[in-house]
Amino acid sequence: MRHVTANGVRVDDTFAEAFGMRATALIVTADNARWARRAALTMTGFATSVIGCGCEAGIDRELKEKETPDGRPGVRVLLFAISTKELQKQLQTRVGQCVLTSVGSACYADLQAEETLKLGGVLRYFGDGWQISKRFGGRQYWRIPVMDGEFVCEATTGLTKSAVGGGNLLIMGASAGTALAAAEAAVKAIDAVPDAIMPFPGGIVRSGSKVGSKYKGVAASTNDAYCPTLRSTVKTALDPDVGCVFEIVIDGLTAEAVAAAMRAGLAAIVKLGRKRGAVRVGAGNYGGKLGPHHFHLKDLLP
Amino acid sequence: MKPLVLTLKERPAQRLDLSPLVPHRLIGKSALDIAKLELQTTRTRMTVGDAFRVRDGDAREIRIEADCDRLDQVGEGMTTGSIVVEGSVGSQAGRLMAGGHLTIKGGTGPWAGSGMAGGEIEIIGSAGDRLGGPLPGETSGMRGGVVVVRGNVGDRAGDRMRRGVVIVEGGAGSHAGSRMIAGTLVVRRKAGALPGYLMRRGTIILGDGSDVLSPTFLDSGIHELVAMRLLAAFVNDHSVKAASALRRPLRRLAGDMAVLGKGELFCAPG
Repeated sequence: MRHVTANGVRVDDTFAEAFGMRATALIVTADNARWARRAALTMTGFATSVIGCGCEAGIDRELKEKETPDGRPGVRVLLFAISTKELQKQLQTRVGQCVLTSVGSACYADLQAEETLKLGGVLRYFGDGWQISKRFGGRQYWRIPVMDGEFVCEATTGLTKSAVGGGNLLIMGASAGTALAAAEAAVKAIDAVPDAIMPFPGGIVRSGSKVGSKYKGVAASTNDAYCPTLRSTVKTALDPDVGCVFEIVIDGLTAEAVAAAMRAGLAAIVKLGRKRGAVRVGAGNYGGKLGPHHFHLKDLLP
Repeated sequence: MKPLVLTLKERPAQRLDLSPLVPHRLIGKSALDIAKLELQTTRTRMTVGDAFRVRDGDAREIRIEADCDRLDQVGEGMTTGSIVVEGSVGSQAGRLMAGGHLTIKGGTGPWAGSGMAGGEIEIIGSAGDRLGGPLPGETSGMRGGVVVVRGNVGDRAGDRMRRGVVIVEGGAGSHAGSRMIAGTLVVRRKAGALPGYLMRRGTIILGDGSDVLSPTFLDSGIHELVAMRLLAAFVNDHSVKAASALRRPLRRLAGDMAVLGKGELFCAPG
């Protein structure tokens, strides 16, 4: 693989291939930051990949009291799916089961868009006729009586069709320890980028996949070219000095957000250097024919 | 660009209907055309030119230099732009308004904001009876928008209101929020007898309680609701004083049980 070297780290001359997605942003608040985070973590749980979870979701950032509609601590959550219908379904089940149920919670839209998804507009039926609609300041809220008072939920949230899913970095280290150090540095840097999330546990995925399988009906299977234990048995993509690979997958509300996140991650990996971190960075693609968004690593280098 | 200015020459001999003097109907008209518009409510013809001195300007912003209770329907049906009245006006100011901003630096007669659907009315003085309410024969009052009254309001403020927000910095007369269908009424000071009389749905907040409370409102305890925080943030943009009445634990009374009973009346816990 052709590459450039930055601070001793080989950066592949390749690109991440990403896809258009449907997405929305929400603010979840509670009486304190702990409970707001707990509600947000629950609703974004089991949302690592659209392959098996229906959606990809994560926490964009934590919000101070002054940044939320109700003046309580909150968390901004992003939710991505491949179709509007699926996003609507995931939104209402996740908010209904995980936020409505959480102590002192409230849920608001945090994406202004012409097209909308129903939020409180469907959850209101839980109120069994005792729900109250309040409309002011150009926004509509549903108040649903619950056992600790009321669950307040905005009626709708904005839908964007220009979201991008599948931005990625393949972080290759000499050992699991150094590869993880580089991946964790990248996750920390990407965390600070607005409008982008990393849906996998801790932002890192160790089981990168390829399309298809030798078995019938299995849509995705292990990315054998990057498995260090198979380097001698398959057509490997790994160099002799690579002993461990981690991937960071990024979803963003815009292509710019994904590019900014990849740029931040790449900068952190390069900064950490070859000795303490990655020996090589690559990106996953399918030859460029499937996804409309191509993020070339050499364009994103610091 | 300078605003269009209409200065009242003298107290007119009859009540005048000022509804033609709204931005969307005057934009593009010359001062001469505007002076020819008829405002009479009796058989005696009276044009804008007869009653006002007209100083040409951008009709998106209209200033009415007048202080006269015979000027009715100021800003009626207005959809955009702004109207500022330097003094008091007569009845039905801002009736059926759909957009824009109407400021009345004095007080208003009855039915200010009657049936309005959008936009904003600010009354620096006090408003008469039936603020936002329907005229006889109409089924609903205010349907949207915001009315802010810095002074007091008369009886039946928010009568048959369906949507929108009314904020009163002073007190209210009797039957505040009578027959409310929905919507929000905030009264910072004391309200007269029987607030929320026959209200079906909707929210009334009384900063200082009321003279007599109907026995058909039932105590639902003291709460600090998230919805009240949202409302306080919205009210704060219009009236810092009124917003302070919402930022504390409030007693919720459900009613009016004489009708549907899905309305709510909030007042100080005391």
